[in-house]
Amino acid sequence: MTSPTSAASGVAVPRLEVRGLRSDLAGPFDFMLSSGSALAVTGPSGAGKSVLLRMIADLDPNTGEALLDGVLRSVIPAPAWRARVVYSAAEPGWWHERVGDHFVRSPAVLLDRLGLRSSILDQPVRLCSTGERQRLALLRALERDPAVLLLDEPTSSLDADSVTAVEALLRERREAGMALLVVTHDLAQAARLGERHMRLELGRLNPA
Amino acid sequence: MTPILLTPSDLALAALLLVADGVLSIILGLGLHKRLAVAGARMVVQLLLVGYVLRLVFASGHPAITLLLIMVMALVATREIGARPRARLARFGNYAIAGTAVAVSTGLTAVLALTTAIRPQPWWDPHYAIPLAGIILGSVLNAASLSLDSVLRGVMLERPGIEAQLALGVPYAHAMRPLMREAARVGLLPVVNQMTAAGVITLPGIMTGQILAGLDPVEAVKYQILLMFLLAGSSGLAAVLVAGLTVRRLTDPRQRLRLDRLHG
Repeated sequence: MTSPTSAASGVAVPRLEVRGLRSDLAGPFDFMLSSGSALAVTGPSGAGKSVLLRMIADLDPNTGEALLDGVLRSVIPAPAWRARVVYSAAEPGWWHERVGDHFVRSPAVLLDRLGLRSSILDQPVRLCSTGERQRLALLRALERDPAVLLLDEPTSSLDADSVTAVEALLRERREAGMALLVVTHDLAQAARLGERHMRLELGRLNPA
Repeated sequence: MTPILLTPSDLALAALLLVADGVLSIILGLGLHKRLAVAGARMVVQLLLVGYVLRLVFASGHPAITLLLIMVMALVATREIGARPRARLARFGNYAIAGTAVAVSTGLTAVLALTTAIRPQPWWDPHYAIPLAGIILGSVLNAASLSLDSVLRGVMLERPGIEAQLALGVPYAHAMRPLMREAARVGLLPVVNQMTAAGVITLPGIMTGQILAGLDPVEAVKYQILLMFLLAGSSGLAAVLVAGLTVRRLTDPRQRLRLDRLHG
């Protein structure tokens, strides 16, 4: 997947652009993410990291603009925007009893890569461990083939092997053009995952 | 057969049973005798007042006064429905939703019954319109308050799952569908129970009343069947309306889940 270019200038249009995005809780935020790029955001608890991700996904009221491949968010219906700019919460929610019912297709191959048994699909969500749920939520988000993935603490409950597997999978998706914005407490992970690293403090984003 | 009319001394004799309850409370130390006395007195005053008000309204035979009385009854029902759930929607949402559901469901079913099945002359004759509206309001009150409580409770409980779906691009209406279904189901349960029990476990009040007033039992039963259908219709309508309006109040044009509009 290549990023679209504006015919006039030949300059690549950013995959995601955020202009003056703010709410009562945080902002304003201004930044760009090109196709295949990654931005890691760290910062103290309560600084507004989750608020930032939720605003980009348009899940909380906010002002300012966001653009996907140069198209203004305000002209895209909200569900269509969220299907392309997918947010995965730190504590993912579930709405069916059975794990497998949360997927459109069976994620068999990817389950194995992240160290999950395929029988987990027939299991009730409440019997899954926190780490299993975290990986399942990531697969659920990736299944929609998002243009931008907004991840909140995606590996906080995972062992070292699973973290490596998750990071490898994310790298692969980025090579296919997905832009990644990841919030993490782990500075080493921020360095591994993000070619750019910023700190969010008191509702403002600063270079780390 | 004319109904047997009761005299004050008949009532006084029956009131001895309430006094017996009070004596029982004192002997057994239940501490209920004061409350029994207050509740008993309150019941007598309330019912006598209603009796005299109805006598006046019936005597006037005026459509505006009939409508006014029905509206007062509907407002009381609205207040009860809105106040039941612990959670409150912003800007008096509970009452706005309850009021709309009460007005639409009661209005539609009552007018339908009065203009097609019962057909008094004139159709708004207070002898028929007021008791009918009262019975329907009771059923609507049950259905609407259960439905409202179910949606508000459900949305707070299911918030993570709903937001997870929204975040994956699922439309708001689709993510809220299970809550809507559950609210409609819960709202319809009382009337289903009522229909199941009718005549076997309970003798419905209207039917009993009409038999006591001298109507042929089969004719009384026909009235009761009509009423049950009206109650089923109005309950279903009220439950679905309440659920739909509540779900609509909890979102915005960007299809977010706006729990900031819900307090408590």
